[in-house]
Amino acid sequence: MAGAGGGNSDVQWCFSQVKGAIDDDVAEADIISTVEFNHSGELLATGDKGGRVVIFQQEPESKNQPQCRGEYNVYSTFQSHEPEFDYLKSLEIEEKINKIRWLPQKNAAQFLLSTNDKTIKLWKISERDKRPEGYNLKEEDGRYRDLNTVTTLRVPVFRPMDLMVEASPRRVFSNAHTYHINSISVNSDCETYLSADDLRINLWNLEINDRSFNIVDIKPTNMEELTEVITAAEFHPNQCNTFVYSSSKGTIRLCDMRASALCDQHAKQFEEPEDPNNRSFFSEIISSISDVKFSHSGRYMMTRDYLSVKIWDLNMESRPVETYQVHEYLRSKLCSLYENDCIFDKFECCWNGNDSVVMTGSYNNFFRMFDRGYRQDVTLEASRENSKPRSVLKPRKVSTGGKRKKDEISVDSLDFNKKILHTAWHPLDNIIAVATTNNLYIFQEKLN
Amino acid sequence: MIATTAMEVNAEARRILAVSISKLYASRSQRGGLRLHRSLLLSLVMRSARDIYHSSREIEMPSAVQPTPEPMETSSSSPAGEQIVPEPQPELQTSEEPESGDEGCEEGDITEDKENMSPTKQSRKRRGKAAAAPDFLPIKRARLEPGEERHAAPHCRGAESLSALSLNLNRAIAAF
Repeated sequence: MAGAGGGNSDVQWCFSQVKGAIDDDVAEADIISTVEFNHSGELLATGDKGGRVVIFQQEPESKNQPQCRGEYNVYSTFQSHEPEFDYLKSLEIEEKINKIRWLPQKNAAQFLLSTNDKTIKLWKISERDKRPEGYNLKEEDGRYRDLNTVTTLRVPVFRPMDLMVEASPRRVFSNAHTYHINSISVNSDCETYLSADDLRINLWNLEINDRSFNIVDIKPTNMEELTEVITAAEFHPNQCNTFVYSSSKGTIRLCDMRASALCDQHAKQFEEPEDPNNRSFFSEIISSISDVKFSHSGRYMMTRDYLSVKIWDLNMESRPVETYQVHEYLRSKLCSLYENDCIFDKFECCWNGNDSVVMTGSYNNFFRMFDRGYRQDVTLEASRENSKPRSVLKPRKVSTGGKRKKDEISVDSLDFNKKILHTAWHPLDNIIAVATTNNLYIFQEKLN
Repeated sequence: MIATTAMEVNAEARRILAVSISKLYASRSQRGGLRLHRSLLLSLVMRSARDIYHSSREIEMPSAVQPTPEPMETSSSSPAGEQIVPEPQPELQTSEEPESGDEGCEEGDITEDKENMSPTKQSRKRRGKAAAAPDFLPIKRARLEPGEERHAAPHCRGAESLSALSLNLNRAIAAF
C-alpha cells in the first residue's frame, strides 16, 4: 500500500526538509511543543519549551522545479514567553509554548496568539522592506545639526532595504487562569477567542486584554469531589456561537453561547460507553482525550485518546461514526507505559484540507494517516535515515503476532523516547509538518 | 488457584501503588508546579489499585472479612496512640475486634489519627498529597521521631496507609 492522503489511494509522501539540530543530545529548550500552519499555508509556526516561536515561510514555487512545492525557510524567530515566578504560590511558571493559533489575515501584517501555562500573547509579525532616507537634520555620526545651519527643506524618500521581519507583542492577556492553560481557539468572528485551563474556559476580545468572560466552570465546590478536568477546547469553524471541550473522562461537550452567559449546561454531550472487556487499572487514563479538532466543514469533530482516534458526527452523541486504532499493540503494555510515564503523553491529531484524511503521531517517530474514504491507513516514519531529498517514505509496520516478518519492527524494539506528539497539515495542499522531539520534518506529496 | 491469582493481583496492585506514589512525589518538584490533570489521573489509578488490593485481600483471608476499609483504618488508629504505624498484621487483629459504631465516628477517628501523627508529619503547611505517602514508600527518612517505632514490614502497613492515603489524596487535590 503506497500511502494515504487526499482521498486518493495513490498518494506517496516524500521527504522535503528537516529543521533543527542533528545531534542526539537534545537541549530541553529545543523540544518542540506546538506546530501550526496559518490559514493560507504559506507560514508555519513552531513553539518550543524554551518559549521561542520560529516561523517558516514557504518560498514561491519556482518555474524551474514545477515538481516541488516551495521550501519552507526561516522567516522570523522571537522569544514569546519568559519563565516567570508566582511569588504567592512559590511556583515557577514555565515558558513552554503550549499552543499557537494564527488569526486570519486582514492586512499586510500577520497575527498569531501564543500561550504558555498562564499568559496568552497576541503577536504582530510585519515586514519592513523600505526605509526613509535623505533627512538633512542629522550629521553623519547621528548628532542633530544646529538648526541655524539647515537652509533647505528636504523631504525624505523611501528606498528599498533588505527585508526585515519584526515581531511585536500587541496584547498580553494575563491573570485569568488559576490552572494550566491547555488550549486557545480563535472564533470565526475574528473578534474573540477562548482560552481553556483544567477547570475553566474564558472568552476574550482580541482588543481587550484586561478583562475576560468565564463561560465554562467545572470546578466543584469541594475540590475533593473533583472527577474530571478539561483537556482541550475549540470553537466551531463556522458557527461563532458554538464551541466544544473535551474532558479527562473521555466525554466531549458542545456548548452554545446563545443559551446563557455561563455554558455549564452543555447543548450536547458526546460519549461512547466503555467496553467492559477492556477494563484495567489504566482505563481512565487511556480514555482521557488529549486533543479535539473540528473538521474544516464543521460537520465532524475528531478526538484523540491514548490508543485511538475517533470521528464524531455532531448530529450523533451516542457514539463516534469512525474509530481508528493508532497503536492497539500497546494495550497489553499499559503497565510499563505507566511506569515510564508514556501513558501520560498527549498526542494531537489533525485533518487534511478536504477532511478526507486524518493524521496523528505515535512512538518510534512513527506517525499514522487514516484515509476515511478509502478505509486505508499507513504508518510512516520521520527519521534522518529517510532524509534524502525527495525520497519516498516507505510504509512501516509493527509486528504484533509471534512471527516477525522482514522489515517489520517488534513492539519491544520501539523507542518510546521518540514520540511524535505534534503534527500539522497544510490547509490546501498535501504538505505535512511533523515534529519529533527537537526536529521539524516537512513532507510533501510526490508530484510527477 | 483463586488464591494465587488474588495474590498476584495483590502484588500488582501494591506495585502500581508504589509507582504512583513515587510519581506523585516527583511531580511536586517539577517545574510549573503540580499538574492537576496528571495528579487526578494518578489518584484514579491509585484508587483502582487500592480497591483491587482490598478486594484481593478479602479473597485471601475470608475469615477476616471487613466490608469497608474505613473500619479497618479507624480501629487500627484508635489503639495506636502515639504510634503512627500499627503493629504488623493489623488486619487480622482488627478483624477479630468487634466493630460497632466506628463507621459513624469515622471522620472523628481520622482526625484523631492526624493528631496523633508526629509533628513533622502533621505540618500546618499544606504539603500536598505526598505528605501522607512516606509510610508506603521504600525510601525512608533517616531519623526517628520521638514515640515513633520503626517497623520492618512495610507491606503490612500498606493497607491502612492506602486508605489514609487516598483520603488525603482528595484533601490534597482540594489544597491544590
